[in-house]
Amino acid sequence: MARPSFFSGIRSNLFAGFVVSLIALPLALGLAVASGFPMVAGVITAVVGGVVVAVFGGSYVTITGPGYGLVVVLLSAVSVLGDGDMYAGYLYALSAVILSGMLMLLFGFLRFGALSDFFPATTIQGMLSAIGVTLLVKQFYVMLGDMKTKGTVLELITGVPDLVKSLQWAPNGQLYAVGVGLISLLIMLFYSSITNRFFRLIPAPMWVVLLALGFDAYFGIVGGENPISKKLLISLPNDMLTTVPSPNFTKWTEPIFWGFVISITLVSSIESLLSIKAVDKLDPEKRRANINKDMRALGLATIVSGFLGGMNVGTVISRSSVNVNNQATNRSSNFFHALFLLLFVIVFQDQLGRIPFTSLAAILVYTGYKLTAPAIFVRMYRIGKEQLFIFLTTLISTLLTDLISGILIGLVATFLVHVLLNKAFWLFSRNLIKPNVLMYKETETQSYYVGVIHFCTFLNFYKLKAKLDMVPQTEKVVVDFTLCSFVDHTVQESLHSYEELFVRKGGLVEIIGLDVLETDSSHPFAVRTLRPVQRLRVFSLGKTRRQQQLQALAQEKKWSFIESPTVQTRQLRSFLGYETTSVERVLNQLSSPCEQLSLFDIKYSEGVFIAKESVQTTLLRVVLNTRIPVFSFDREQLLEKLSHLAGFHDIDFPQHPAFSDAFFVRGYDPKLVRNFFTNDLVSFFTAYGFYHISCNGTELVVRQFLRPATPAEATALIEFGIALKKKIDG
Amino acid sequence: MHKKEYSTVVIGIAFSPNLKANVFEALRMSALFEATLVMVHVGEKSAEKEENLQKIIRDFPQTLPSHTVLWRVGHPAEVLLNACVSENADLLILGALQREGLLKYYIGSIARKLTRKCPCDVLLLIKPSIERIPCSHAVVNGLEDKKTEAAILRAFYVLFSLGASRLTIVEEISEDAVAVKVDDDRSLRKSTIVKERIRLREKSRVERILTQVPKQMSAAIQHDIQPIFGKRGYSIGHFARVKRADLLVMNAPQANSLWDRIFPHDLEYILSDLPTDVLIVR
Repeated sequence: MARPSFFSGIRSNLFAGFVVSLIALPLALGLAVASGFPMVAGVITAVVGGVVVAVFGGSYVTITGPGYGLVVVLLSAVSVLGDGDMYAGYLYALSAVILSGMLMLLFGFLRFGALSDFFPATTIQGMLSAIGVTLLVKQFYVMLGDMKTKGTVLELITGVPDLVKSLQWAPNGQLYAVGVGLISLLIMLFYSSITNRFFRLIPAPMWVVLLALGFDAYFGIVGGENPISKKLLISLPNDMLTTVPSPNFTKWTEPIFWGFVISITLVSSIESLLSIKAVDKLDPEKRRANINKDMRALGLATIVSGFLGGMNVGTVISRSSVNVNNQATNRSSNFFHALFLLLFVIVFQDQLGRIPFTSLAAILVYTGYKLTAPAIFVRMYRIGKEQLFIFLTTLISTLLTDLISGILIGLVATFLVHVLLNKAFWLFSRNLIKPNVLMYKETETQSYYVGVIHFCTFLNFYKLKAKLDMVPQTEKVVVDFTLCSFVDHTVQESLHSYEELFVRKGGLVEIIGLDVLETDSSHPFAVRTLRPVQRLRVFSLGKTRRQQQLQALAQEKKWSFIESPTVQTRQLRSFLGYETTSVERVLNQLSSPCEQLSLFDIKYSEGVFIAKESVQTTLLRVVLNTRIPVFSFDREQLLEKLSHLAGFHDIDFPQHPAFSDAFFVRGYDPKLVRNFFTNDLVSFFTAYGFYHISCNGTELVVRQFLRPATPAEATALIEFGIALKKKIDG
Repeated sequence: MHKKEYSTVVIGIAFSPNLKANVFEALRMSALFEATLVMVHVGEKSAEKEENLQKIIRDFPQTLPSHTVLWRVGHPAEVLLNACVSENADLLILGALQREGLLKYYIGSIARKLTRKCPCDVLLLIKPSIERIPCSHAVVNGLEDKKTEAAILRAFYVLFSLGASRLTIVEEISEDAVAVKVDDDRSLRKSTIVKERIRLREKSRVERILTQVPKQMSAAIQHDIQPIFGKRGYSIGHFARVKRADLLVMNAPQANSLWDRIFPHDLEYILSDLPTDVLIVR
């Protein structure tokens, strides 16, 4: 595939860049103010980010600029480091920004692109929601015209009633601004539910800006003054593009300074990495971003931005998705977005000075709300009570302490919950450093097999991820958790995004072995633990994705589907090759209307006591109407086991030497079996030689692997069963 | 007739619940290898113990191979090592525990020490059984190592003697060998090509070794080559478990430095979490 040139598709990218810059402008201004930076810093960030990342980046259709998550951290850096003096704080914060850019550059070179994979998904969600709450509360004050308030989030929340009450004595200049802010918030809230085509032509943040400008223009036409007080209107300095502030590095000896550097880096990288991954799923050309290269570009851009007085450059999801929706094809749209932004600020400097702070705050209130919406809490609860617990722990501890402590507490909480769920610390302590992932290409099916053993959680997901990343996404992968006793939510959510990525490129990820692990939740990504058999009665409510797919298969075939395990009285011992088996449980049973055909997952053990071995597999059972000889058929001699001791031998077929060489057919009576295998059946069996078939005279059991079948394999198995029954019964 | 590779087999025994199973396994194997069995008991000799052991041997249902019992006192590992040397043993059989817990550490450490120092092949049995459970499928490593050739040839010999039918030669391809880091689609394509090249190279190497296997053995044992990707030494155990093999054949470890003991590698992974019976070829 030829690498698309930087300037190919210039028209669509130019347009996409233009639309994005419309959103980016109000955001850049608002985010800078909210961070305690001068207003122009946001524009510098977006412009530098757009230019540098467009040249050096490793992703394709992302947009870079100031991110939401940073606002909270940067604001506290400015106020704490400056000790009340906002401008001094700004200069200190700039040095922290530059150092965090260097850290990101280093991460990029050290290939730490997977950084965000080391944090549990729920903890990250908790951290983002904490940022959302802070953003929401602080900007709510600004939206109501209170620019000066300080205090912790909790103090601010309890102060809201007083704030609202204080509005009745507020001067008119403030009330008008509050009115514009509230209308702006309404626009943000209801934009997505308005379907009018013309209204939707302009993105919501731009409507907010237009509202403010329209408000100003109205008073210009009627000939009066803009009634909003000057203090609440944004102001861009005239020399904003010529004077460059000089970062102050003198606090580098203080631990608190490095605390900020680390939090800034952490938030910026996590936000960027999450966005890059999300944008990969949007890219219409299905390219895979080079995360480490992008990290290096972001780090470099951050350093440049910091020296010019800007904030951290990050990849931002909402602007990127607007970019994709407007048919951007490569990084040049990011570059154009930067150019337009610069152009707007220079050309419309005067008009921008008529926007009140309250409207920008409204945009951020909405953003903060989205990060901490009740829907997120509900989703966490649905995944599991323990996830809600982890989520709330992280959220609250981040609000009460600071970001780094919050996320550490969240990590510890997640780990403790895992230990409690398993009631076993040793599972983790003993197996943590052991390599737990095996990958090979199955020679029969040419699909990749990835087996995981012991446990799989956020602690060791990177090992599984490294293997999955090595598989071309056009291939088929089977991820097998049969030997795993615990799989957490983070892993399942990440695997789900792999499933989506592979499907988009024509490949397939299928997950097996989760069905026997138990959960208390009905969510498909809930944590799953292996629990003792005696607790099987209270089996899970939730279906795994595989179970959902099997159910869909049953519906399509008009078969019945029972996923819960059934107490098994039927045994397999009458079948050749299964003589020593003892069935433990059967689950996920699909049955044809007359129960002539059924497909089920089965767990059985072979042998007794110390020689006992457990097998989990999927079997197809076919009930025949005609009586046929007892035989077994396979290519790998897996069904042999004990049968040769009981006097069974490989039956030769003199008329079919190739068939005879390739397969092992056994039976009580070689003559009967030879007669049964007509020419027609020989060619049929040869075509399906990868199945292991065993017959007890009236029933057949068919199996492919000694592991549960993936939904696709199950479908093929059923088709085979139908064809086989037709062949034999006629 | 193929060359007899095992003529003296040594087994360490102790009076544990597994004694009968251990002795039966050893007797069975010695009979199949047509070898002499030397049973080494570590501890004081007593008439009662002697009687017990003789009873077990009398119970053995098949034809007994030639066998002797040695009664020695001392540190178990030392005694067994000395016995291997003095008896000129070709194979040492040890009943091991499937996973080394903290309490079982002492016993485990004996097995470990023996596998490191033993001059002959070592067979670790994880589930000795009184009844015969035929070994049907074995996995052998095909690492690029000077001992690999011996290990593969030995695997054929052992499987042939035991009457097993299937052998998988596993080549573990470590990530470092691929050398291309996967960042995006382009590097992924590159790494896939490199992997394919390594796979073909390894395959031809193993196939060269296979030409040395006696015809009679290679015809009787269905064998295939499977490349796997994962941590060296560890993944083969995982593979054996996934494939439900009965025996894993491994090269003996190279010289052990202090470094190797601190950072477990290759065989150490297998020893700390035995997936199946393991035969270590010296």
